Amino acid sequence: MLSRTAENLFWMARYIERAESTARLITMGQRMALLPGSDFLDEWGSVLRVTGCEAFLDHSGPATQADIVRILLLEPDNPSSIQSCLVRARANAKSVRTALTQEMWEALNLSWRRLEDCSLEDAGRDLSPLLDWVKTRASMFRGAVDTGLLRNTGYDFIRIGGGLERAQMTLRLLEVKYYVLLPETEVVGGGRDHYQWTSVLHALSGSRAYHHVYGGVHTPWQITDFLMVNRTFPRSVTFCVDQMGWHLGLLARDYGGAERCRATLGELSDLLAAGGDGALFQRGLHESVQQCLALTNRLASEIAEAYHF
Amino acid sequence: MAFYELHDPQGAVRECYAEVQRWIQATGIAGLRHRSAEAEAIFRRIGITFAVYGEGGDPERLIPFDLLPRVFSRLEWQRLDRGIRQRAQALNAFLFDVYHRGEILRAGLIPPELVYQNEAFRPEMLGFDPPGRVYSHIVGIDIVRTGPDTFEVLEDNCRTPSGVSYMLENREIMTRMFPELFSHGLVTPVDTYPAQLLQSMKEVAPPGCKGDPVVVVLTPGPLNSAYYEHSFLADLMGIELVEPADLFVDRDRVWMKTIAGPRAVDVIYRRIDDEYLDPLAFRPDSMLGVPGLFHAYRAGGVTLCSAPGAGIADDKAIYVHVPDMIRFYLGEAPILGNIPTWQCGKPEDRAYVLAHLGELVAKETHGSGGYGMLIGPRASPAAIDAYAHRILADPGGFIAQPTLELSTVPTLGAEGVVRRHADFRPYCLVGSEMRLVAGGLTRVALTEGSLVVNSSQGGGVKDTWVLRD
Repeated sequence: MLSRTAENLFWMARYIERAESTARLITMGQRMALLPGSDFLDEWGSVLRVTGCEAFLDHSGPATQADIVRILLLEPDNPSSIQSCLVRARANAKSVRTALTQEMWEALNLSWRRLEDCSLEDAGRDLSPLLDWVKTRASMFRGAVDTGLLRNTGYDFIRIGGGLERAQMTLRLLEVKYYVLLPETEVVGGGRDHYQWTSVLHALSGSRAYHHVYGGVHTPWQITDFLMVNRTFPRSVTFCVDQMGWHLGLLARDYGGAERCRATLGELSDLLAAGGDGALFQRGLHESVQQCLALTNRLASEIAEAYHF
Repeated sequence: MAFYELHDPQGAVRECYAEVQRWIQATGIAGLRHRSAEAEAIFRRIGITFAVYGEGGDPERLIPFDLLPRVFSRLEWQRLDRGIRQRAQALNAFLFDVYHRGEILRAGLIPPELVYQNEAFRPEMLGFDPPGRVYSHIVGIDIVRTGPDTFEVLEDNCRTPSGVSYMLENREIMTRMFPELFSHGLVTPVDTYPAQLLQSMKEVAPPGCKGDPVVVVLTPGPLNSAYYEHSFLADLMGIELVEPADLFVDRDRVWMKTIAGPRAVDVIYRRIDDEYLDPLAFRPDSMLGVPGLFHAYRAGGVTLCSAPGAGIADDKAIYVHVPDMIRFYLGEAPILGNIPTWQCGKPEDRAYVLAHLGELVAKETHGSGGYGMLIGPRASPAAIDAYAHRILADPGGFIAQPTLELSTVPTLGAEGVVRRHADFRPYCLVGSEMRLVAGGLTRVALTEGSLVVNSSQGGGVKDTWVLRD
């Protein structure tokens, strides 16, 4: 496989995943900002901070939902906005049309310009349906990959890119929570903190799944455990790390060259494994999350190096 | 009155159109229009688009597809087939000749300056024998019909003629939407084209190639207007679609960068112009090319399809001499005629052209795609005057031809089935033997009376049927 093809597949998967994750992040911000008293807490500001998009804010004072819609949904110059993620995913796909199935291409090509023509007012009014639309597009794409694509090297790069981006977004969602309110070590029975924690679960479509694993009580460390350490929840960091490990293993078997990536992945894996039973939380959630993010970034550049991107 | 291909001189439906006519009547105009919208939706979803340079607007617009097929009878095709092969063979013989001894120039049939001072001529190619002595591996010949029995060649395309993906996709859409039309086996299939193309390119692998040749399609990238076609062909042949940055040259061989390291490439079907192939050999300011590619080619490490410099054979100033080439190299009479052409570089021709510009079609010799041409009968006096000044400024850069009565074909229009002018481009493959799929691309001018069929100027495309007996 051409290195450029691998790179395009890797990034295509990342951008699709990022579009969906950003949609989920906005959903979470929306829920948090609706809570009483949130005017003082700058939820939207923390959403911008964790996505690295503060620079796009064009006024002083706390960010508003309208800012978020402009910056994270529509802004064509922001590489993290949903609009540019969809455009870039399609551009990546277009460069490697022959490595895609017809259905994958159609999933990316269908109405890819919808956001281009969307005004700020319309997007603000129809925010929830638009975010749902983004998630549906991502699901369609994954469905097409799942049911039609050969389980070959291209598939490995898609899964690695998707896993990487998803792990990073789960980590970022936890960061928003950190910025909004420092976690309490108490059992959360109700009130603002409870809603914030459950907003994180909700944004990741994990509220029901959480109950199946931990029963009916929400505690910050169990929620953290679920999102970081759990091996069965597909949006947990550990799950994503396992997924990348499996596919990097297949690449290493066929092409070699992945020693450093796999070492980094091992480091990440060990860090997470040692963090069970609330240990991550005790060590400092913010520090743990930062450490994981740094390792995933390193991993991304090591993958590019190993396969000559 | 232009020849209408649906009817014979008595106004009855010609036999080869019987099936199409039956189908039009059975489906009805409303039904056809409905299915036409459906076809467009399929094209857009698949992503067959065509960008137009220098026009701005939608870079991914569709070429309009007209549902009504254009039909050739078996007999008509037999003649076209022989004429096309003959022309492709003569053009390749001409290319070999001008890059070697130049016999045809010595014989006084073509003025040497027309060749040696031509921008498309590549002195770097002199004395080099490309594998199989093939220069133009895909020859696209634009043919117009001016009467029941007259087919004439409008121009030749020896570099990298585009549009073959439309030939394949148009048929694919038609068989998908109207399987009943094809169930009797009346229409010759065209879907063998990709396999034949691959076979032809493998046959011209360089002498040093051992085993099964590795063939790739080289594209400038997704922003190119024909990118869809590049990826489509690579896909159907099951070979890699590479960009220049994917290739590098080492020890006179070309390598592509893969995740497992470098892999040797034997044959490159390049869809990049000569100038941009290799900054070391051609344009030094090209950001596109592969440094050292031309050297590797001359050293026999790789084959380029088409050969650099193949464009000299399809230059509009050379075009007038193709019938001479056929007689000179093959000793045969040309089966397909040329259109009478005045060369503005010749004083007597120029005087005629300037006096009759209002009746003629004038073109730039190096232009393509319908750009920079003047259709006298439809141009304003001011436009004609401006064009005359352009000709005077650079006479050798222009030719002129009579305004032809291009045949019309049945086309779905607002008022039902209407007559529209059309041309035809078949694709002749040249490897160690010649191959020609029975079919090609029919382009149709969708505006009433218009003679410009180029997709860049609002033309559309049609499925083209060659009937079996």
